[in-house]
Amino acid sequence: MTATEPPTTTSSAFATPRAAFWGGVREAAGVPVMVMGASFVGFGSMINDVGWSVWHGLYSTLSTWALPGQVAMAEMAYTGAPLAAMVLAVVFINARLMPLVASLLPHIRCPGVAPWKYYLASMLIAATSWVGTMRRLPDLKQDQRLSYLCGYGLLLYGLSPIATTIGFYLAGQVPQPVTLALMFLNPLYFLLLFLFDLHKPSKVLSLVFGAALGPALYLWVPNWRLIITGLVGGTAAWWLARTKLFKRGPHHD
Amino acid sequence: MTEPSLYSPVLMITLAAVATYASRLLGTFLSGKISTDSAVIEWITCVTYALLAGLVVRMIWLPIGALAQTPDWMRLTAAATGLIVFAISRKNIGLAVLLGSLVLVALTSLF
Repeated sequence: MTATEPPTTTSSAFATPRAAFWGGVREAAGVPVMVMGASFVGFGSMINDVGWSVWHGLYSTLSTWALPGQVAMAEMAYTGAPLAAMVLAVVFINARLMPLVASLLPHIRCPGVAPWKYYLASMLIAATSWVGTMRRLPDLKQDQRLSYLCGYGLLLYGLSPIATTIGFYLAGQVPQPVTLALMFLNPLYFLLLFLFDLHKPSKVLSLVFGAALGPALYLWVPNWRLIITGLVGGTAAWWLARTKLFKRGPHHD
Repeated sequence: MTEPSLYSPVLMITLAAVATYASRLLGTFLSGKISTDSAVIEWITCVTYALLAGLVVRMIWLPIGALAQTPDWMRLTAAATGLIVFAISRKNIGLAVLLGSLVLVALTSLF
């Protein structure tokens, strides 16, 4: 995350699309790989805890590749939530991928590239690869951008099943305190991820409402709790932030 | 807790994967055709944030599985450590997650 801070304006573009692909691989190998790796290790140990097999973990990682939704899915499977509640929760949690993909691809499109390639490449767009590619766009020639995204995304995507497997087997082998910490990785990571980018009042309000509603509804409607928390808390926050109370007015300027 | 895994894991994972790819598919289809600053997208972001905040509070405060056996104060101390490290390290998430987790290892080993 902190790797996104230094501006990259001094570095020059790559010579060829192939060089851009390997540049993407190289630049993902570092903080992005470590953060994502730890997260998927946490998911793997969670799958073990839920009582599923390592193949279930691998299938989920390779087919979904969007961790918050995977974690919510496993959580809701464990607590026996209705299938419809689980699917709706994942739809809403991962709906954030839609604007990520829609905002990145216009920069990447290039004449002559078959449309199906973009549908395939969208699988490699998640929060980490979006940030990593967006910050590099100004340095890349148009025909190198898809290659860069694929290099960056494929390294992360390729390592995530390995991390999932490691987490799954670590959970049974290491001492119990370490196993517990592995399962604690993702809640802690998500908690801090929220606080990373809080300049919009709507986001702050959503977090506050969600944090307050979640435990309250748990006692009342456990099965549908997450969906109701999201819809009620999120809609209230969105609406409140649109009212003039939180709009930038003379008081704030 | 209710009875675990009412449905087949493969069914749940497949549905979650389809629900996820739907967003990527729609994003690819709509790319260049919509503004990503629209009110609808802001609403989706708000719902996501509220939903995940509810999930995270629950995972830390009322966790499932093995974590449920740890006392509340240990998990809250570990989370607080992560928050403090995050605040004083200029938002270094990796370091904060590492130290917060290590505090949980230390507490659960000692007590």
